[in-house]
Amino acid sequence: MTVLVVILIYLCLLLGLGLFSGKQSRGTSKDYFVASHSIGPFLLLMSVFGTTMTAFALVGSTGKAFERGIGVYGLMASISGLVHVICFFAIGIRLWSYGMKHGFVTQIQFFRSRFESNSIGYVLFPILVGLVIPYLLIGVIGAGKTILPVTAGAFPDLFPNANPLWNGGVPPWLSGLGICMIVLAYVFAGGSRGAAWANTFQTLVFMAMGVVAFTLIVQALGGFDQASKVPMTVNEKGQLVQNYGINKEESKIEKLAEPKVVGTLHGEADTSLAGYQPHFGRKMLDMDYKGKAPDGQIVDKTRELGIPPWMFLTYLFIPLSVGMFPHLFQHWLTARSANTFKLTLIAHPICIMIVWVPCVLIGAWATGVIPPGVPPAAVLSKMMADLVSNQVLTGLLTAGVLAAIMSSLDSQFLCLGTMFTNDIVLHKVGKDRFTDKQVIWIARAFIIGIVTLTYLLSLWAANKNVFDLAVWCFSGFAMLTPVVFAALYWKRATTAGAFASIIVGTLTWIVFFVLAGGSEYTVGPGIMPVTFCVLASTVAMIVVSLATKPPSEETLNKFFGR
Amino acid sequence: MKKLLIGISIAMLILHQDIWFWDDTNLVFGFIPVGLAYHACFSMAVAILAVLAIKFAWPNDLVAWATAKEDESGVESKLNNNQYDVR
Repeated sequence: MTVLVVILIYLCLLLGLGLFSGKQSRGTSKDYFVASHSIGPFLLLMSVFGTTMTAFALVGSTGKAFERGIGVYGLMASISGLVHVICFFAIGIRLWSYGMKHGFVTQIQFFRSRFESNSIGYVLFPILVGLVIPYLLIGVIGAGKTILPVTAGAFPDLFPNANPLWNGGVPPWLSGLGICMIVLAYVFAGGSRGAAWANTFQTLVFMAMGVVAFTLIVQALGGFDQASKVPMTVNEKGQLVQNYGINKEESKIEKLAEPKVVGTLHGEADTSLAGYQPHFGRKMLDMDYKGKAPDGQIVDKTRELGIPPWMFLTYLFIPLSVGMFPHLFQHWLTARSANTFKLTLIAHPICIMIVWVPCVLIGAWATGVIPPGVPPAAVLSKMMADLVSNQVLTGLLTAGVLAAIMSSLDSQFLCLGTMFTNDIVLHKVGKDRFTDKQVIWIARAFIIGIVTLTYLLSLWAANKNVFDLAVWCFSGFAMLTPVVFAALYWKRATTAGAFASIIVGTLTWIVFFVLAGGSEYTVGPGIMPVTFCVLASTVAMIVVSLATKPPSEETLNKFFGR
Repeated sequence: MKKLLIGISIAMLILHQDIWFWDDTNLVFGFIPVGLAYHACFSMAVAILAVLAIKFAWPNDLVAWATAKEDESGVESKLNNNQYDVR
């Protein structure tokens, strides 16, 4: 109960900040959409980092490391640092220059002008919305999965749960609803200024709480040296064993009298693997274990441990998504000056490291004390609930996780509202049909629609893997990135080429997404589908552009006439 | 210098594929698996690369072009004049 009270106090504080920032607003639509171009270097860093590091970074990375081990950091985090910096430098600054020179605010305005086509906006808008929704979903699902374990036992009569581990916890449908309402309230009131302030506050909270959570978990595991002995180990018989268990009353771990067998490796026992900790390396192994089916029955399951080298290589395409995220695009186009980017360029990879390294370590350590059948998204909060005895601290740590989640939701909601209002409604019916206040209300109405849709979808997709869903979302944006590269660097890129690239890339993505059912999916030796999506999109852009009429001189002068 | 930085970026993409640490579970500082420690250092190297890029390859010509003749008030006036959709 104390945990829930702390979380509620945090949410009220956040709401207060959002409402206060709303009072600072100039009341114009420009202030609502782009905070009158007043976002400086620190707010930009917090906003960019806060929105890219969502439930995916905290809940998802811990869960994925629990499944595959420490290779998850190189798979997603370190490569993201490099590719993001390259994209910020190669795409971001150039886009800023066009935003400054020509007054673009949204990516659709930019593409309409660069590719001399109104229709490209109508094609891009639904695709961008369709790709942002999974990103929003992982936040709402992640919030539900985080709050359930830490509130387990608080309301056994009100929220009975078939799983005794979660009995009495606040159910995901309620926590998801609460989170959506809070974010909606401060985006509603404060617009982009409210989102930027809330992002900064929340990013600081989740980074600070992350450090505190890590320290407390390390203490409960008996210090760094002891913690490194905890992960699941292979024995001489090829079985995977846990040597430690959690003493929940004292919130610490204890060595078991006899190792507990929690799984078996496929194939004949390899004695050379005795003592190997699979989650501290990337060697490919297959593990059989017992887990619960959705109906509560205990069933046989199989999991891949380690990382296939081809997967590791082809994951580098996924962070390209940063080049087409609508909210980042908008930040780039509307930044106060080019110098605003410098802090983000340097600090972004370091911030990624500060958040991901502890999460990945916690996930790997958790394999030695948590049953392998626990849903990956619940691993972080289960470790906190079992190993941090102070309820106030558990509440604060959970608030930190929620901060990371909400700091992603707000910018996305706002950005979709901005695009809908400016690129669809005002573009179609004319700018003089509405007053400034009506324009803001159009954006708000659309945001309410998107929040409602996201919430309803989160109920349907409640059991989806947060990490996998995020990877699909990122893959979708990555397949669109060749369009922006070509728009910025290739004079010969044409309208037809852009359409072909968008359509071919999207169709390729849909085919793989349907084949995978939204779960993890690789081709052949572990090649990520994003590889084929990006290649298809790039080839379509090049071939069709070369086969069609070049852009007009006027457009070339506008974008390349320096 | 720009070409050198592009070369370093490509070299880093290659160095990211640390197949030499794939099965290695040895610990650095007694608690970080070597595969994780390597990539944490990689993240710091990226930050250093960003510092070098800002110092030696900052697109001053682009910035000058974007801000020439038309300062921020110029963009403000464009927005206010409804040249673009946002008012």
